[in-house]
Amino acid sequence: MMADIFRKASRGFSPCLRRFSDFRVTKQSLESPSTPLSEQASLYVHWPYCLRRCTYCNFNKYIPKGNNEEIMAKCLQMETETLLQLSQVSCITSVFFGGGTPSLAHPSTIAKILETVSKKVTLSDEAEVTLEVNPTPVGRAKLKDFHHAGVNRFSIGVQSLQDNDLKSLGRDHSSLEALQTLEEAKRLCPSSVSVDIMFGRPEQTVESWSSELSDMLRVCDDHVSLYQLTLERGTQLFKQVHGGQIHMPTEDTTAEMYQAARETLQQHGFQQYEVSNFARNNSESRHNLSYWKGEQYIGVGPGAHGRFVPLGEGGVAREARTQTLEPDVWIREVQQRGHGTRRRIQLGHLELLEEVLVMGMRMTKGINHKNWELFSPELSLHEIFGASLNFQELQQSGQLILDDRGLRCSWKGLALLDSILPILLVELDRQIFPKSAS
Amino acid sequence: MSKFPVDKIRNFCIIAHIDHGKSTLADRLLEMTGAIAKTEKNKQVLDKLQVERERGITVKAQTASLFYSHDGQEYLLNLIDTPGHVDFSYEVSRSLSACQGVLLIIDANQGIQAQTVANFYLAFESQLTIIPVINKIDLKNADPERVESQIEKVFDIPREECLRISAKLGTNVEAVLQAVVERIPPPAGSISEPFKALVFDSNFDHYRGVVANIAVFGGRVKKGDKIVSAHLSKTYEVNELGLLRPEEHPTQKLFAGQVGYMIAGMKDVKEAQIGDTLYHQEQPVQALPGFKPAKAMVFAGRILEQELDNYPGGVQHAIERLTLNDSSVTVQRDSSLALGAGWRLGFLGLLHMEVFNQRLEQEYNASVIVTAPTVPYKVLLSSAKLIKSRRAVQKNVVYIDEQRVMMKYLFPLNEIVVDFYDLLKSMSSGYASFDYENAGYQAADLIKMDILLNGRPVEELTTIVHRDRAYSTGKAMCERLKESIPRQMFEIAIQAAIGSKVIARETIKAYRKNVLAKCYGGDITRKMKLLKKQAEGKKKMRRIGNVEVPKDAFISVLKRKDK
Repeated sequence: MMADIFRKASRGFSPCLRRFSDFRVTKQSLESPSTPLSEQASLYVHWPYCLRRCTYCNFNKYIPKGNNEEIMAKCLQMETETLLQLSQVSCITSVFFGGGTPSLAHPSTIAKILETVSKKVTLSDEAEVTLEVNPTPVGRAKLKDFHHAGVNRFSIGVQSLQDNDLKSLGRDHSSLEALQTLEEAKRLCPSSVSVDIMFGRPEQTVESWSSELSDMLRVCDDHVSLYQLTLERGTQLFKQVHGGQIHMPTEDTTAEMYQAARETLQQHGFQQYEVSNFARNNSESRHNLSYWKGEQYIGVGPGAHGRFVPLGEGGVAREARTQTLEPDVWIREVQQRGHGTRRRIQLGHLELLEEVLVMGMRMTKGINHKNWELFSPELSLHEIFGASLNFQELQQSGQLILDDRGLRCSWKGLALLDSILPILLVELDRQIFPKSAS
Repeated sequence: MSKFPVDKIRNFCIIAHIDHGKSTLADRLLEMTGAIAKTEKNKQVLDKLQVERERGITVKAQTASLFYSHDGQEYLLNLIDTPGHVDFSYEVSRSLSACQGVLLIIDANQGIQAQTVANFYLAFESQLTIIPVINKIDLKNADPERVESQIEKVFDIPREECLRISAKLGTNVEAVLQAVVERIPPPAGSISEPFKALVFDSNFDHYRGVVANIAVFGGRVKKGDKIVSAHLSKTYEVNELGLLRPEEHPTQKLFAGQVGYMIAGMKDVKEAQIGDTLYHQEQPVQALPGFKPAKAMVFAGRILEQELDNYPGGVQHAIERLTLNDSSVTVQRDSSLALGAGWRLGFLGLLHMEVFNQRLEQEYNASVIVTAPTVPYKVLLSSAKLIKSRRAVQKNVVYIDEQRVMMKYLFPLNEIVVDFYDLLKSMSSGYASFDYENAGYQAADLIKMDILLNGRPVEELTTIVHRDRAYSTGKAMCERLKESIPRQMFEIAIQAAIGSKVIARETIKAYRKNVLAKCYGGDITRKMKLLKKQAEGKKKMRRIGNVEVPKDAFISVLKRKDK
């Protein structure tokens, strides 16, 4: 309780920024089960620019040309407003600034966007507002202002503590700089800092990984995101590997690295709550949890994705929406009609359930019956999966658990989730549309 | 239609080696006679089947009636398009029986090829007029003079009778039409004779029933007539008659010499047998001589999917309907020691089988597993010593001209059934071509080889192999399976065994980690697509013990052999 109050007091107050309405004390109220799904959403804002492209990256990111900052900021605000209006949500539960490199944006841009949100809907002080940070000295220097602007959680892309690895991955910071950024972030937002680290890097061994992880755990805060480096077509790393200049660790090695990491983190008091995410002291990312729980989210910015019901247009079904990829084109569209939505696809009942299933199973707690019921009031998890022989096989071999809490993977099942999901999807299809030919 | 007395009718086919330009010439003829408008889009108009369009080949013979004016007279020319691939020579022979002449097309650069010769002999044996047409004279390497010499030497046809054309550009194609009128005799038979028609092909239409392609050999028939099928002695009433231009053009009557279609209330595939004779109820006639039934060269056993409720009657019905349209496929219920109970479908070749399978899926939505093609073996019950056969015995060699030689060998069919053609083509840079015919049975040293997945035998993959080949075949099959079976959550052992002795083995490692690292709001769309595709794939898989095997694995095992 006291920690909460201290935390609130330590946030700077600035005029024309967030409105401090009621002080909600408990975090739980934001996820009150009585709130229907379509009344609230989380907000994702995409800042598309980076100074360089890392060799492994295939995200929607661009090198900025000229001074797009102002226009981009304006357009982000405009699209935020338009889509909030369209969704008719009364409350935004969390905000996530991703990219690209959002820490390249001006803190005032962040502030303006948050202000746009609070003017239109309820944005509680308790709402988690995360900013992804590239840990260069420049980024570090801006942290304080970001915090003043309303950011209360930082996600730092450390990736590796080996300087030569950072170089060959095309990163533009050293490990020392990353650690310094981490320190500053912890100072500003204690217990609200996450670090991203990568395993399965070229030339990495299980031993070097284990020791690197231990080093990291000595200095990090309460949240760790652990990602396996994957080769994506069209990236420079892909070309290098296929050209034979770089060697990736074998599948067996990376499988071992993952298992070793899970165990190490557990030993250090971290609770794995999702395939790649680990937290202690209740510092789970509420924003990301909202994806995995199937809640609505609004995506703003070039290439952003959203899932919400456009009540403002009289819509009744949840839509999968994508904003235009290219920043320049996106900017034009936002200026012309208020938003740059490129694709909208209505999700049918089955498709929605499929998404809830696939996302939910990524959490170690899996899908609980109450949450499933929100999406599938007619058919429970037991009714859908209980009788299937394939499903029972998975239970018997210890990959899956279905009990009175809900459906989830076991420790070992989680590592094989993508082998399990197609089986579950076949069963789900069968039960929802028993006679359909597909 | 009566303005076309028999003497103004010409029935002809176009025959040729594959890709020498039959279908293009057919397009040109259709354009020139106004059957289709002259546009760019007239590429292989007669290839109606989806599978034909996709592969760029003609599978099923189609027919078109053309009107042509020559010397002030109007003629009715009935054109039958035919396939060129070595697998489909039976289709060609059936079409020929309805014709009096053929256009034999030869590529001006490639010259006489294997199918040219084969088709020539078919036409020659049927005593049809043969008009040699040298095509593709527009191409750079065309050498019509040389080809004319070949034709003289191999077919004994004077070079003056050859026509030189470019079907693609339309050059000299008019001369083709003139030659058809002038050189091909009109059909025999007259209108005053009793009605007699040959069923030379048929289709099944879901709403209208069996549509039979008929060639009227004598007399006339009109709507409402009562006709009889010689084969079944069943009577039918003619519901609809017409010409094919190439689409259906209904008419009241058809006359002797004409070729067209008929719908007569036949509902079952078995009622319109290819080769059957039709006549008027009151005037029975001598049935036309039957066809030589096609000899299947390649066999496939099909396992029927249990859950096939999307097609009424199941796969059996679909197969029956498809075989109506393709009577060169033989269908038998079978139960053999080696292969167990099931079906045996016989095809003329691998391409024939693949096309059939594709049509089954596309046209009838039937999803089946095709398994090892086998060649028929006769089992010798006597305990005589088995003679070890040599794999190929040379029979003779003929030099066609300074550049070409034709060689005849005796092969065990098993040696050529899968990929001999492909290898031959690639070794000879495409120049070599080959044709085959059945040469009877020979004794050989054979054994039964099983394929096991995690200890369980896969019945569909059990094969009979020559002892010499057992190890290499077994090894190759295991390797192919390893490539086509996806990894699973446990290890998979693939084994080839003779009796209890394992002679080859491959292993597929288990997944230790298979989960997408990042899955946030923007990643879900892509991930769902991938997962759903995998889920669909899973539905089509066959479970052997605890191993999920995709359908393709069965087929890919057959396309084996050393690369």
